[in-house]
Amino acid sequence: MSVVTLTMNGRLISARQGESLLQAAREHGIEIPTLCHLDGLEPLGGCRLCLVEVRGSPRPLPACLTQASEGLVVETDTAALVEYRRMIVELLLAERAHTCSVCVRNGRCELQAMAARLGVDHVRFEYRYRLLPLDASHERFTLDHNRCILCRRCVRVCDAVEGAHTWDVCFRGINGRVVSDLDRPWGESTSCTGCGKCVHLCPTGALSRTVDVGDEAARERASLLRILERRAGIREEGA
Amino acid sequence: MNDPPPRLRLATAWLAGCSGCHMSFLDLGERLVELFSEVDLVYGPLVDGKAYPEGVDVALVEGAVATEENRMLLEHIRARTRLLVSFGDCAVTGNVTALRNYYPTEELLAAVYPAAAGCTPAGPELPALLTRVLPLHQIVAVDAFIPGCPPEPDRIWAALSALRHGETVRLGEEQRTFG
Amino acid sequence: MTGTELAVLAEAEDRRRRGGEQRLLVCCGSPCMAAGAESVLSALRGRLAASGMATEPDLVGTGCRGPCSRGPLLTVQRRDETDAIFEHATPELAVAVVDALSRGADLPGEGRLPERFPFLTCQTRIVLANCGLIDPDEMGQYIGAGGYNALARVLHDMSPEEVCAAVSASGLRGRGGAGYPTGLKWQLVRKERRDRRFVIANGDEGDPGAYMDRALMEADPHRILEGMAIAGYAVGAEEGYLYVRGEYPLAARRLGKAIAAAERTGILGSRVLDSRFRFRIFLRMGAGAFVCGEETALLASVMGHRGEPHSRPPYPSRQGLWGCPTLINNVETFANIPAVISMGAEAFAAVGTAASSGTKVFALCGELVNTGLIEVPLGTPLRRIVYDIGGGLPDGREFKAAQTGGPSGGCIPAAQLDVPMDYEALQALGSIMGSGGLIVMGEGSCMVDIARYFMGFCMEESCGKCVPCRAGTFELFRMLDRMANGIARPGDMEDLERLCRMVRETSLCGLGMSAPNPVLSTLRWFRDEYETHLRERRCPAGRCAMNGEAVPCPS
Repeated sequence: MSVVTLTMNGRLISARQGESLLQAAREHGIEIPTLCHLDGLEPLGGCRLCLVEVRGSPRPLPACLTQASEGLVVETDTAALVEYRRMIVELLLAERAHTCSVCVRNGRCELQAMAARLGVDHVRFEYRYRLLPLDASHERFTLDHNRCILCRRCVRVCDAVEGAHTWDVCFRGINGRVVSDLDRPWGESTSCTGCGKCVHLCPTGALSRTVDVGDEAARERASLLRILERRAGIREEGA
Repeated sequence: MNDPPPRLRLATAWLAGCSGCHMSFLDLGERLVELFSEVDLVYGPLVDGKAYPEGVDVALVEGAVATEENRMLLEHIRARTRLLVSFGDCAVTGNVTALRNYYPTEELLAAVYPAAAGCTPAGPELPALLTRVLPLHQIVAVDAFIPGCPPEPDRIWAALSALRHGETVRLGEEQRTFG
Repeated sequence: MTGTELAVLAEAEDRRRRGGEQRLLVCCGSPCMAAGAESVLSALRGRLAASGMATEPDLVGTGCRGPCSRGPLLTVQRRDETDAIFEHATPELAVAVVDALSRGADLPGEGRLPERFPFLTCQTRIVLANCGLIDPDEMGQYIGAGGYNALARVLHDMSPEEVCAAVSASGLRGRGGAGYPTGLKWQLVRKERRDRRFVIANGDEGDPGAYMDRALMEADPHRILEGMAIAGYAVGAEEGYLYVRGEYPLAARRLGKAIAAAERTGILGSRVLDSRFRFRIFLRMGAGAFVCGEETALLASVMGHRGEPHSRPPYPSRQGLWGCPTLINNVETFANIPAVISMGAEAFAAVGTAASSGTKVFALCGELVNTGLIEVPLGTPLRRIVYDIGGGLPDGREFKAAQTGGPSGGCIPAAQLDVPMDYEALQALGSIMGSGGLIVMGEGSCMVDIARYFMGFCMEESCGKCVPCRAGTFELFRMLDRMANGIARPGDMEDLERLCRMVRETSLCGLGMSAPNPVLSTLRWFRDEYETHLRERRCPAGRCAMNGEAVPCPS
């Protein structure tokens, strides 16, 4: 396995050839924010929070999809990037009904934590106030579109790890929604195995266990993360 | 002999919210004693004064803006206050108060006050509802934000400590979460 | 079919055409069809059959002739005489024309386009050379006009490298909008060391007001097939995909027929023109998503996935269809290829400007006396297009701005009317060449309203994969909508510019990156109009309703 050297935030760091900038950064203690990426899932480049500035590139590049290569000069926290990231989180908060105080995932939500991390203490955009449906047809799980940020972790984990491909995205743009089985109620899905991987990986309160209230919402992510870790390793070897 | 430094004039206000933020303020407990050794509380639900005075240094405003009355009071406060602080999630985001924005106001009134049990409250003594519940900063300029539902006493204390010393409010990461 | 057979066929077709005394051409492009070309055609057919003329004129249903606002168009070609073109043709006129021809009398004098109609005479038609003059469903007519000669020449006289070199030397640049050098793209694909490569023609035209590609596909489908086959030979691909916008059923039907005819005669297939080159073309219909014009989204759509872009790199030239190197060009780019070969790279490069060679097809729309499809050398001044070809604005109205490049482009103000229409000059003005939509606006147009319209378009067409484009265009639209309704907030102007920058810098694909362009370009040239909307709550052009119900905001 060949090793490359690059500069990140003025520091020389080493990375494995083919590794993403996001991974390389993490291995050197530089945390680049992201809401859609999880090691072991196909990178999506959708949330745009992991954008970094790479010398020679006319515009910022997503760290999850940019491979580390020899001699790259990368900045991960410039003033412009920080402002873009804040605006992205504000846009997400304004897009759907992320009323944290009455959310099943309050206190353990990645969007909530990201807002705090990036210093978003208020939203400068107007909230959209558009009520979306809630699908509680599944016997154990609930899908609340009002909390969804369309990161598609559910779509990707269901397809690549569980192999069921129950989830996909329907409609487009601001009207996009994740749907099960060609837009059937989740409870009537014939492909869903009920494994719950999507629920474990959901960063917000969009997918939850129906019994979850308050502190019981802690999810059992550990074993799934181990699977994903192995997958990431295999993907990298294949690359 | 020099005059003692002027004491900080603090006000609190309660717009459309549950007053939980004020309860949390009271939960400062013994720290209130320290606070009031150098701060005067000149207006708010916790004191007697009926009129919002001139020359207020800091106002903690709880709740969202849901009625004409809320709006008038907020503008009144803004004009008479040096530093206006959005106090709690309703003031910062609209929060639970703003959940009514997802439904037409008429439908909600009809559902909450069903025809059988009388009629929808109306009258000149009741403030008109705004078409939408809004967070404070969409109506007036806001100088600092204390998110939280309610903000825990430690957050309030951190913000007040900065304000008392004339510093910009900079809450730590764990102290600026919504919810 | 061999090259020799092709030449024989061409000659026969040529003889047949020369033998005929007269030709009657009815434009059957979509605009003329909508205006009733079908009834004109059948009236002609019926009357001809009944007339019992000794040598019946050739009756041809052609593709787009150009001056679309004047359709249906009926052209009468007679030996040794200039063409007579009738505008707004009717079945009654058709009858009168046939009667005049059968009696040997003069044609009706009414309803004719002027003899030296500047709309037609000021053009340089290379790509549109056959448009409106041949029947798109008759491959013989394309061959008679010299079609497939370039392919034959390439296969027999040139190596793939030589073809790539010729395309490079011609200076041809991508006609889809970005203007990437075509030869360079071909060489990139050719260089990839893979067994399987693909060629894709992008016919997913979608800019509001633009219909160059539709007209081309409807009028001269074989030219596109020929260009694709030459590209396949040059880059080493054996399969081509023609991606046609779902809203273009007529174009798809004619292309489908063209592919079938070419395969039947061995022009496409396992031995192209009896050479050892194998090339097949498959038709793919879009499903109504503008974003599928973006090349990576188009790839996804061709492969049967949801039409969504992915991050580049890898570029399609390295990893395209099913991971194989893929050449994607616009259909107009491919339609230029036969001309590059038959004219020679040098002669082609002599047309247009040094950096932007060749011609460009524009769809002239908006407030103009003559609207329609035109082709002019790149670098032609905008003023010449608007006033000489377009005939200026009706009723002597003042020119205010021209919009180019659709939702990714911008507006060019009156002060810049002399701008040469080439890639760099337009970019310097904050617009882009785009695919060729050109919308002319007079003093009654409001620039905030225009920006709002295009932002609404991008919002509707955003796929939603990335946050800045999905939620950002929505938020930008809301801000513009507030301005147009007189309920903007004081900070909206700054917020608008800030968010425009952010969406441009952080979006995943071209749709989002360029979505703020109409706003930024109108802000650049017409900032005062925005200010008036914002501060005086008034629309100077009187277009915006300004009747929004104000959500309480700072008094």
